[in-house]
Parts: sequence; structure tokens; C-alpha cells
Amino acid sequence: MALYLLSVWHEDDYVVDFNGEDMQRIVAQVDTFNNDLQSAEAFVFAGGLHPAASATVVRASGDDVSMTDGPFAESKEQMGGFWVIEASDLDAALDWARRGAAACEGPVEVRPFESE
Amino acid sequence: MSDLEDVFRREAGRCTATLIRILGDVDLAEDAVADAFVVAAEKWQATGIPPNPGGWITTTARNRAIDRLRRESTRTDHYIAAHRLSADMDYEQHPEQFELDEFVEVVPDDLLRLMFLCCHPSLGADAQVALTLRLVGGLSTPEIARAFLVPEATMAQRIVRAKRKLRDNRAPYRIPSAGHLPERLGPVLAAIYLVFTEGHTATASAELICLDLSEEAIRLGRVLVELMPDEPEAVGLLAMMLLSDARRPARIAPDGSMIRLSDQDRTLWNRELITEGHRLVRACLRRNQPGQFQIQAAIAAVHADAATAGLTDWAQLVALYDQLYTFRPNAVVAMNRAIAVGEHLGAAAGLGALDEIEAGLLDDYQPFHAARADLLARTGLTDEAITAYARAIELTDNPTERRFLLRQRDRLVG
Repeated sequence: MALYLLSVWHEDDYVVDFNGEDMQRIVAQVDTFNNDLQSAEAFVFAGGLHPAASATVVRASGDDVSMTDGPFAESKEQMGGFWVIEASDLDAALDWARRGAAACEGPVEVRPFESE
Repeated sequence: MSDLEDVFRREAGRCTATLIRILGDVDLAEDAVADAFVVAAEKWQATGIPPNPGGWITTTARNRAIDRLRRESTRTDHYIAAHRLSADMDYEQHPEQFELDEFVEVVPDDLLRLMFLCCHPSLGADAQVALTLRLVGGLSTPEIARAFLVPEATMAQRIVRAKRKLRDNRAPYRIPSAGHLPERLGPVLAAIYLVFTEGHTATASAELICLDLSEEAIRLGRVLVELMPDEPEAVGLLAMMLLSDARRPARIAPDGSMIRLSDQDRTLWNRELITEGHRLVRACLRRNQPGQFQIQAAIAAVHADAATAGLTDWAQLVALYDQLYTFRPNAVVAMNRAIAVGEHLGAAAGLGALDEIEAGLLDDYQPFHAARADLLARTGLTDEAITAYARAIELTDNPTERRFLLRQRDRLVG
């Protein structure tokens, strides 16, 4: 078995409105997906993130610490949430990613963890 | 080609495929097979080539690889397990693979596994093609780089990155399940087709036909059909390649320039390939599960059937392009359909069909401007034809094609 990061990506100005019809549908879909991951014992961890603007980057060099406001990557696309899953191989992980992408209605990036 | 080189080209893919299953690692397998061929080169000088050279190479490669792993690590099994591409090939499940004295059987399925691995959908088309030629085709990285006209370092990096991605991601080494087969077979067929078309018109190459890649694609196509005889699209792809390749002897004039299908000396066509292609097309038709490659094969078969260009059944071709369009609704297919319409119903009708294609889609596509120029010239719109030829000439980076287009244009100017 191996661990994979399934991250969800969207535009950096994406606004989450949990009362909106779209978001309620997506939340329900993601709940179902999470339950499926759990019953298949593939679920390790998952979570949605606050918007990228809420991020702080910390740099440490010896005793010097500096902080900058905002996400590290100055990109129009930002990570909005992720799953960590356990799967037997890439094909199994890609199958989960396909279902995850359908559930959250956005692109999902699959990336393997280094083993050990 | 020497006997040994011949054996290498024929067996390298199969041996590597089996070694990947046994060793669980692409690089280890490649090294082991290369080692074994070095041993073979020495040994076979004295003994001659054994009756089952593939089995000999595979067994020698396996033994050498495991010997080396045992020397390098006291925890061989752990080392091997850690390098496995996939977890479903456990020592517990397949202890026989670790029996050094056992003769390794070359399993045909291994080569199919390797084809699916090389064309894994997580890889880009360039990487799929490069990996297929390297691992299944047994070509060297410099050979592949030359064929695709890219620097050797670029090709080497492409192959290394692809192999690393498959390993880091634990891409499984198995034949996809029936449910996934259609979507996984697509990239395999597409990769072989890309190798073939690259061989057919090597871009920017002084020689119009780069012999090796077309032959290599047909060889890969034959292997695939042998492994998946019940896949009509695999058969269709092979038939299409054979029927196109049959025209090769007639495609190039003695001065190296390209000869259009309509002007080719059809007695030069390779009858043997045409007969085989026709047989495969008929076998596909009987299955009645049409797909894009089978239809393209049928199109090539209609051309092969015509003793002269004038006897071509253009009505049949228009119908086939209509059918192809339902599978591949793109502008290039629509353009080829328009060319067939131009032959079937006249140049004006052909131009009309060409004009139906959404404007701009084929602006940078040389064959579109060449076809349009031809139809315009035949309709008597000479000035517009000259302009279209100029655009086509501007877009071609193949010297042979350029000469042909210049000649066509100059005929109108003169």
C-alpha cells in the first residue's frame, strides 16, 4: 500500500458560500465520497482550507525568522483542500481521484508520498 | 544486421518485460538484460545461438540480477520488495520467481503489461511514445532521439523522468481490467500510430520517409495484435499501417520528391502488404464493432482496391469519412472528407465542404492550405489558389513537401 495526496485546486479568487445551492450540493457529494473512502479503508486524512489569502509564509535562517503575508506560490491557482489516501497502486489512486474530482466538481492533483 | 543484433531487436522487449515482473523495477530489468546480451555475445560465438535465445537471455539476466542484489545487500528480498512497481507481485505469491535454477518462462502477457505501463495515461504522449520504443521496441535512446529529431539529452531526460514517475507513483504492472481496458487501450494504439505517422512524414527531415519508425510501428502493431487478437481496433490499426506502408515504394520519385496518391505508379504498391491488410479489414468488418482505426484501414483499403486513381470509389470514401467523423469529430477529418467530396462531386462541391469547417481551426495546418489550393485551382480560381499555395509553403518544414508545393504553385503562375 502507498499514500497519495489528492489535492483540490481552484482560482485564487474563488469564494466559498456554504449557504449557496452549488456549495450545498458539493458538500453532500464530498460527504458521500469521504464515507466511501472510509468504508474502503482508504481514508487517512482530509480537509478543506480557508482561502489562500489567509496563508502566511515563514522563513527561518539560523535565528532569523521572517514572515510574509499570503501564499508561497504567487499563482492564480491555489490549493483549496486535500485528501490523504492509502491505495494499492497508482491506478487505484487515480480511480479515487476521478471520483473525488466529480464530488468536488474541480480538478484533483494526484501525488505520491515518498515511502519510508 | 548481425544475427545477434537481430535476436536483440526481436527479444529485448519480451526479455525486459519478463524481467520487470520478476525484479519489480524497470532500470534493474534493463541493466540485467543488457548484461545478459554481453554474456550472450561472448558465449554464442563459440556455441552458436541457442534454440530459445529469449529464454536463455531472460534466465541469464534474472540470475545475474539476483546474484548482484545478493552481493550488494544482505536483505535481498527486502531490497527487491522495496523496488517493486506493484505490490501484487509478492514473494509469497510467486516464490518460484526467486528460484535461481528454474528456467524463466517468457510469458506473452508480460509484453502486454509492459505496453500498458509505457502508455500509462498519467504520462504525456511524448513520454509514452519514447518509453514504448525504448522498452518494448528495444531501441536505444540515441536512436529514438535521432528519429524524433530531438537532442539526445532531451530524449534521455524524457525517458528517465517517465520511468521515475511510474516508479514513484507505484504504477501497477498488470493488464488493465476489462472495465478499464477501452480507456487504457486508446493510448497504446495512439502511441503506435504516432510512431507510424512520424515515420511516414518525418518532419523537417530531408528524407520524406524515415524507414525505421514506420517499420517499428508495424512491428509493435503486430505484437499488439498477437497479444490481443480479439481487439478489433488493434487489428484495424495494423491493417491501416500495412495498407499505407504498401504505397511507400510509389510515394517518392527518384529525385526524392513526394508523389501524390493520385499520381503514383500503382504497380509499385506492395501487393503482399495489401493482401494482408485487406484480410485484416475483412476480419474487422465481420466483427461489426467499428472504431476509428478500422475505418481508417477501410479508407486505405478502398484506395488500394483502385487500379488507377480514376477508378477510386469516391462515394464509398465520402461515406467512410462521414462514419469516421462520428468517431473523431474534428476539423482534419472534415477536411479529408471535403477532399473526397471534391473528387466525388467535383471541385466546387469540395470547396463548399471545406468552407463548412469552422474558420480558423486549420489556419496553421499545412495540408488544409494545400488541399484548398488544389480545389481552388481546379475551380479556376487561380489567384486564390496561388495565395493558398503560398500559405501552405510557408507552413511546411519538410523539404520534399516544399518542393512538391512549389512545383504545383509554379504551374499556376507559369
